[in-house]
Amino acid sequence: MTPTPQTLVEHALESSTADHCAVIVTQSSTANLRWANNTLTTNGVMARLEVTVVSIVDGATGTSVGVLNRTATTTSQVTALVSDADAAARAAGVADDAGPLVEGAVSKDWDEVAGHTNIDVFSDFSDRLGEALGRARHEKRLLYGYIEHDVTTTYLGTSTGLRRRHEQPTAHIGITGKPSDLSTSAWVGQASERVDQMDVAALDSELTRRIGWAQRSVELPAGRYDTVLPPTAVADLMIYAYYVASGQDAFDGRTVYSDPAGGTKVGQPITQPGVRLRSDPLAAGLSSRPFVAASSSSSAQSVFDNGMELGVTDWISDGSLQHLGTSRHSARTTGLPVSPLIDNLALDVASGSGSVDELAAGIDRGLLLTCLWYIRSVDPQTLLLTGLTRDGVYLVENGEVVGAVNNFRFNESPIDLLNRFSTAGETVRSFSREWGDMFPRTATPTLRVPDFNMSSVSQAS
Amino acid sequence: MPTSHGTVTGVDPEFLALPLTKLAATALQRARDFKAEHADFRVERLRSQHLQLRDGSLIDSSEGDDLGFAVRVIIDGTWGFASGVAFTSDEVVRVTEQAVRVAMVSKAITSERIELADEPTYKDVTWISAYDIDPFDVSTRDKVGLLQDWSHRLLAADGVDHVGAMVQQVRESKFYADSYGTTTTQQRVRLNPQLEIYGADHERGVLDAMRTIAPPVGRGWEYLTDGTYLWDEELAELPELLAAKLAAPAVTAGSYDLVIHPSNLWLTIHESIGHATELDRALGYEANYAGTSFATTDQLGSLEYGSPHLNVTGDRTVEHGLSTIGFDDDGVQTQTWDLIKDGVLVGYQTDRRMAPMMGQPRSTGCAFADSPGHIPIQRMANVSLAHSSDDVSTDDLIADVEHGLYVVGDKSWSIDMQRYNFQFTGQRFFAIEHGAVTHQVRDAAYQGQTTAFWGSMDAVGGAATWVLGGAFNCGKAQPGQVAPVSHGCPSARFRGVNILNTAHEAGRS
Repeated sequence: MTPTPQTLVEHALESSTADHCAVIVTQSSTANLRWANNTLTTNGVMARLEVTVVSIVDGATGTSVGVLNRTATTTSQVTALVSDADAAARAAGVADDAGPLVEGAVSKDWDEVAGHTNIDVFSDFSDRLGEALGRARHEKRLLYGYIEHDVTTTYLGTSTGLRRRHEQPTAHIGITGKPSDLSTSAWVGQASERVDQMDVAALDSELTRRIGWAQRSVELPAGRYDTVLPPTAVADLMIYAYYVASGQDAFDGRTVYSDPAGGTKVGQPITQPGVRLRSDPLAAGLSSRPFVAASSSSSAQSVFDNGMELGVTDWISDGSLQHLGTSRHSARTTGLPVSPLIDNLALDVASGSGSVDELAAGIDRGLLLTCLWYIRSVDPQTLLLTGLTRDGVYLVENGEVVGAVNNFRFNESPIDLLNRFSTAGETVRSFSREWGDMFPRTATPTLRVPDFNMSSVSQAS
Repeated sequence: MPTSHGTVTGVDPEFLALPLTKLAATALQRARDFKAEHADFRVERLRSQHLQLRDGSLIDSSEGDDLGFAVRVIIDGTWGFASGVAFTSDEVVRVTEQAVRVAMVSKAITSERIELADEPTYKDVTWISAYDIDPFDVSTRDKVGLLQDWSHRLLAADGVDHVGAMVQQVRESKFYADSYGTTTTQQRVRLNPQLEIYGADHERGVLDAMRTIAPPVGRGWEYLTDGTYLWDEELAELPELLAAKLAAPAVTAGSYDLVIHPSNLWLTIHESIGHATELDRALGYEANYAGTSFATTDQLGSLEYGSPHLNVTGDRTVEHGLSTIGFDDDGVQTQTWDLIKDGVLVGYQTDRRMAPMMGQPRSTGCAFADSPGHIPIQRMANVSLAHSSDDVSTDDLIADVEHGLYVVGDKSWSIDMQRYNFQFTGQRFFAIEHGAVTHQVRDAAYQGQTTAFWGSMDAVGGAATWVLGGAFNCGKAQPGQVAPVSHGCPSARFRGVNILNTAHEAGRS
């Protein structure tokens, strides 16, 4: 009989010889299908059971910690893991972020079993996908794509009595379409919690519409363009701005959130008024783990904070930087409020209204993008990012899409864009092309930027 | 045919204590029960430790120990893959049946029969990479102590406000058995140490950083201690380099001749040649994610990739290479082969699934799964640029530049989905005037088009300039997989490359 995750947590806590201990057990199952050139390429079902033990030892010169993460399915494996973690704690130096563990009680859902998925979650989906692939073959299009369903359940227990459980279902799909001569490329994507919310026929229909837009192709040079960034492209940029939002890094002069005069820009206006960048673990449709479960410490999180409640956090509110990612420790060293990072992100603009199509309809002559790709920091201190447009740049004239344009390399800072956009749409559920596989829970508006910097032409099609 | 390298001769005894052979027999027999045309059973243990310090204080000392197994089958021409973590016969049977079920569900969307290239069988062979000290045999306290010493040394220097130090360590133990009779047991170790310092010129409102250029390597802990790499020299010069960068004038955008040091050029090779010569990309298999390649298969043997100085090989055999291993995750013995010869595209990186699609009888041995839970896909070999047979130094290359830049260390990188258009920055850009390096410049990035850039390479350095660089974090595929890979190259010279001023690009000047 395989022990339950709850049993593994309790066994680890009972086995610990350290002064304090936190244990995280994550049980996950994932199923995926991948296809290219209208046929399946790879697939799989994967099961994981990981146990993280945070052993904390109070010594004469300070507190040290041993953090071990290991695949463990039996109580004897967990016994060995705890013993190794205790030894690692005693062998380690003083931990910079040491502090008392979070106090707490047993949550009501603690005894519930872990969620699960398997390949049969795609039984209906694969039929519908098969039909779409058949249509594509008939209509001389090629489809490439990937769908994944993952259910990860986290169990956290501490020697202070806290017990928390959280189940996170995630589903996402992306499909690239090309005509058989490969002359152009289009993409659609969607993230959700359930596979049955993925409408393959609707996604395929949107791909077909976009491939149709590319029947006329237009060559345009590098330059600054009036550009509509759809919610996917906005998510591509905002996730990067969030990834680098460590309070300690900002305090140390490493990021765009650093004040060159010293300290951070928290409290200062950094974007247009009306802009709000928020994480909320309870946000409808985007819900994420509402407590800290850190299996390592970094400048923005601490294993000592495990179990801490996460609440609504405005990173930017009405254009002003309000919070940066901090642990209790880095909050102390920087003088910032305690605000751990959260696993979702929503951008909205007070005046925002309208869809992608509606914002594009307002353009006299400009570009409509699909998504961005290979986004990397050029200058961390200004958050200048470079990257490429991908899978569909469309020329808009008098509010109508009139053809497809070559791809471009851009150089832009997402913080600058939040200062320069001319119009914003309504915030909708989005799926980042570049980061969506790792960070699927986003909601973003369409943004129209009057002078988006296309630095050079890319021949990629 | 057992092979063994280095002074460490033993595979992790805890790994060998698992019932590897018995469970392999169970999985392969259960696959045969379902008339699988192919089956393989893979067990992996990945031990890892990440140490991170800020200003000499320990931020993170977390360790990972990922252990699991995977079964891959071909049933009726269709792949099926499943993985598990409990090492019992019952669980191996259940996971094998799951792989069969995955193949059955997938059949409805499969229109291409999976065929694998032939490969000799290798019975019960062992391979171990070249390293002296297993980093997991060194106490964390000693490892942290070394990084603390280095951090304090840097902090004591003028102009250094903060110091970041980290080292990633991985030990990968792997067992593979397939239905043809191949059984391999392998182990390799890798290390990625980095130190970075931060400073400011508050009067000008400039913040900046400078990082070590020591490459990640397939070596043990001795890499940090035995003098193989000149750590003391590199740490000693880092603060002066940062101070000079903070005080440096901005680069003027325009056309420059570049001399690029291997610590920067490895990444340009990785992005513009390594990925572009992956056959799965050229055939469209990554179109929805990592992208495709401009180097399409119809151009094999004719595409002028660069100048005649461009000679590039793929290998999974170079000592201390991060992609180096004895046998790949298809059970193929690893090799060295030409990708670009005298500037012309002549080869691709393949696995057993991809090779027959090009009419090639044998895989080049590039199948790799980054963890026990992931399916093997074609991943990058060590893709390396050959040096000149002449004794050409970096100074010799610089001497023939009137107006140019000498680029050292990698920093930012980005390239499009077909590997045409790229942009790279560096740790440091030095102005070259009249054949000599003069001073650092700030805010430079070089932008290029792959074949034009490699076509502009008019000289490469000799063997003494050749360095094996690389990365731990090459990403590809869905679900996402991360692979370590090395790239060797000499210093090289390029004519007329487009240099951007990044502050201007950001609209700040």
